[in-house]
Amino acid sequence: MSVFSDVPQAPPVAVFKLTADFREDSHPQKVNLGVGAYRTDDCQPWVLPVVKKVERLIVEDESLNHEYLPILGLPEFRSASSKVALGDDSDAIKDNRVGGVQALGGTGALRIGAEFLRRWYNGVNNTSTPVYVSAPTWENHNAVFADAGFKDIRPYHYWDAAKRGLDFTGFQDDLEKAPEHSIFVLHACAHNPTGTDPTQEEWKKIAEIMKRRNLFVFFDSAYQGFASGSLDKDAWAIRFFVSEGFELFVAQSFSKNFGLYNERVGNLTVVAQDSENLTRILSQMEKIVRTTWSNPPSQGARIVSKTLNCPELFAEWKANVKTMADRVLLMRDQLKSKLQALGTPGTWDHITQQIGMFSFTGLNPKQVEFMIKEKHVYLMASGRINMCGLTSKNIDYVAQSIHEAVTKIQ
Amino acid sequence: MALLKSNKVIYCLGNISPSLGVLSTRNSSWWGGVQMGPPDPILGVTEAFKRDTNPKKMNLGVGAYRDDQGKPFVLSCVRKAEALIASKQLDKEYLPIGGLGEFSKACAQLALGNDSEVLKSSRSITVQTISGTGSLRIGANFLSRFHGGPHDVYLPKPSWGNHTPIFRDAGMQLKAYRYYEPSTCGFDFKGALEDISKIPEQSVIVLHACAHNPTGVDPKPEQWKEIASIVKKRNLLVFFDMAYQGFASGDIDRDAWAVRYFIEQGHNIVLSQSFAKNMGLYGERVGGFTVVCKDAEEAKRVESQLKILIRPIYSNPPMNGARIAATILNTPDLRSLWLEEVHGMANRIIKMREQLAAGLKKNGSSHNWQHVIDQIGMFCFTGLKPEQVERIIKEYSVYMTKDGRISMAGVSSGNVGYLAEAIHAVTK
Repeated sequence: MSVFSDVPQAPPVAVFKLTADFREDSHPQKVNLGVGAYRTDDCQPWVLPVVKKVERLIVEDESLNHEYLPILGLPEFRSASSKVALGDDSDAIKDNRVGGVQALGGTGALRIGAEFLRRWYNGVNNTSTPVYVSAPTWENHNAVFADAGFKDIRPYHYWDAAKRGLDFTGFQDDLEKAPEHSIFVLHACAHNPTGTDPTQEEWKKIAEIMKRRNLFVFFDSAYQGFASGSLDKDAWAIRFFVSEGFELFVAQSFSKNFGLYNERVGNLTVVAQDSENLTRILSQMEKIVRTTWSNPPSQGARIVSKTLNCPELFAEWKANVKTMADRVLLMRDQLKSKLQALGTPGTWDHITQQIGMFSFTGLNPKQVEFMIKEKHVYLMASGRINMCGLTSKNIDYVAQSIHEAVTKIQ
Repeated sequence: MALLKSNKVIYCLGNISPSLGVLSTRNSSWWGGVQMGPPDPILGVTEAFKRDTNPKKMNLGVGAYRDDQGKPFVLSCVRKAEALIASKQLDKEYLPIGGLGEFSKACAQLALGNDSEVLKSSRSITVQTISGTGSLRIGANFLSRFHGGPHDVYLPKPSWGNHTPIFRDAGMQLKAYRYYEPSTCGFDFKGALEDISKIPEQSVIVLHACAHNPTGVDPKPEQWKEIASIVKKRNLLVFFDMAYQGFASGDIDRDAWAVRYFIEQGHNIVLSQSFAKNMGLYGERVGGFTVVCKDAEEAKRVESQLKILIRPIYSNPPMNGARIAATILNTPDLRSLWLEEVHGMANRIIKMREQLAAGLKKNGSSHNWQHVIDQIGMFCFTGLKPEQVERIIKEYSVYMTKDGRISMAGVSSGNVGYLAEAIHAVTK
């Protein structure tokens, strides 16, 4: 009798299953618009030129070894990462009230932050604090907070399917009605999966309500630089909230903007009221890290740290990031034009209004099924497409497929 | 309102306020109630060492291997593997949740042996993890969620300091069985068997596969056989922690003997492996977690659930270290080079043990220091009492953990004499 006879088969993670199905498909015109990784116009993964350069420097440096990093990670990485998010002239950094926890990707940063909040926020070990995530949101947000122990995870209004944009009224309403001290997970830019971000005026209103209602700000920043092509522009919301005096967390990922997906490079930036609070917070973060992974992997952090801390490499990196952002913008532009030219029913402005890697097309599940089964164009059931999967070679086919889906299937 | 998918039930508290703890007013902080965490006892030793200005200082705290010059040692097989990998110009796409396939396969083979019946029948699953800690944590989380038996985890007394908080944070309860006998600085075999024979059925028992941390005291093969038998009688779930395969005796098969024996005897174990020490890949975080199942079908179900656990912690594991380890294990001449180098590291440790024991004798110590030679692996439980440890740190700048544990890796031919003097001085 096995101790594991009752272990049920778990469903596969949807986004990875999509890629697996895509791989098995032998159709010559198949297109993968699923998982969120950048692709070149030849539909190839792209290792950033600056990353290749820095990796060579690392390999050639005989003084480097593979010793353990400190529990909280590589110090130069942590400080440079927080600086990238908060800005070179950040008063909070000057006041010594900003700290970083190197983590395994954005996921790891979210998880460490969630574990900390469950233990120390709103009382000690208070698992009932409501956690609000946008409707819809990245599908892993829910599990990160649930597995950290939070029992009450709720959606806040975000995507308005009818108008294909932000449901700002509903969003504000949820902020006003949320119990005090609730935690809100906010996408810093390039909302995943909708690509729809609040405007600056809307962010200001959100901040005003959150301050008044004592709500906790937890930013998820996975696309800084990738969204608009400008690091500063994409960090505007974070910096605004910091300037408004919020104590907050920012889960940063360098998977996309550095193309370092599999090296798992992330940073949890903590902005505290003062350095004394920060010291105590970081000491508890250490305890959480120690029982999760002891200390983080060094390779990716070294690459990012070397790049961010060297002016020439930093400039080169920014140019690489702009290359990626620009290609995405071009594809958005072209997809919209082609759909308009085809006379595809509906308006397609949202494709160029949305920002970042993803677009919520507005295709319904039946239309998505048609796209996958009949046209071999793979996208998420939500209608989300990864713009990076579009190339000059496949964009006509994709536009045509969308046209057919919308006209044939209701 | 869009529905959220979850593998847990989400319930809405409506307008009921959550229980309120510390209230944050406009000018106060959320974090007033956060206590200062205590420094990590093991890593804290290194911090104190760094601050010390004594030129003769020795760091015998953390278990990272050092060469005879006291320097970190990057294995040649690692450098060669890195060069090979660099030449391939690989991309950086996400690994699967369970990690690099070539790594997991080789990792399992290393532990279980090439002719393992378990591997032939595909009735195990191995996932790549964030070194040993990550492996233990995934394992602990898995047991917490799926183990139908008591959630009591029995650790040897003493065990690695981090075992307790790992299992606790995963929601398990900690208990202990006798293991180390202070009067002999050896194995309390009788006490261990007595305690194990009383463990409630289906509880979890943690066994150190080889080179027990912190004592360096391992059961002999005959003793392992008896332990296996009584564990079987009690129907306990065996959780092996193998962080030193190859590093203990210098021979990877010899060091995996206990793991393989238990499996042969029909125990469906769970196993944590680390490549931090035996490949010197500390900061790359390379490890594996294995569940030996009843059959291939069960292994698939278990695998699917491990992925569900991993995804909300870090999504998928880091590539670099796993790629290096896989290259070494799967490239014949690199693998042979690795086995030589592991043998070399283990030998240097054994030599230092012999020199330390000899040095203590030469200094005229009246104590029996045989245990220094008998104990195995990176660590030595000297037998020093807390007051003696305090003295040796303060007066001789010899840094060790409070339990008297020293990392033999920090001992070199250049400082073993000083160490013998210092230990003799505080114990005479």
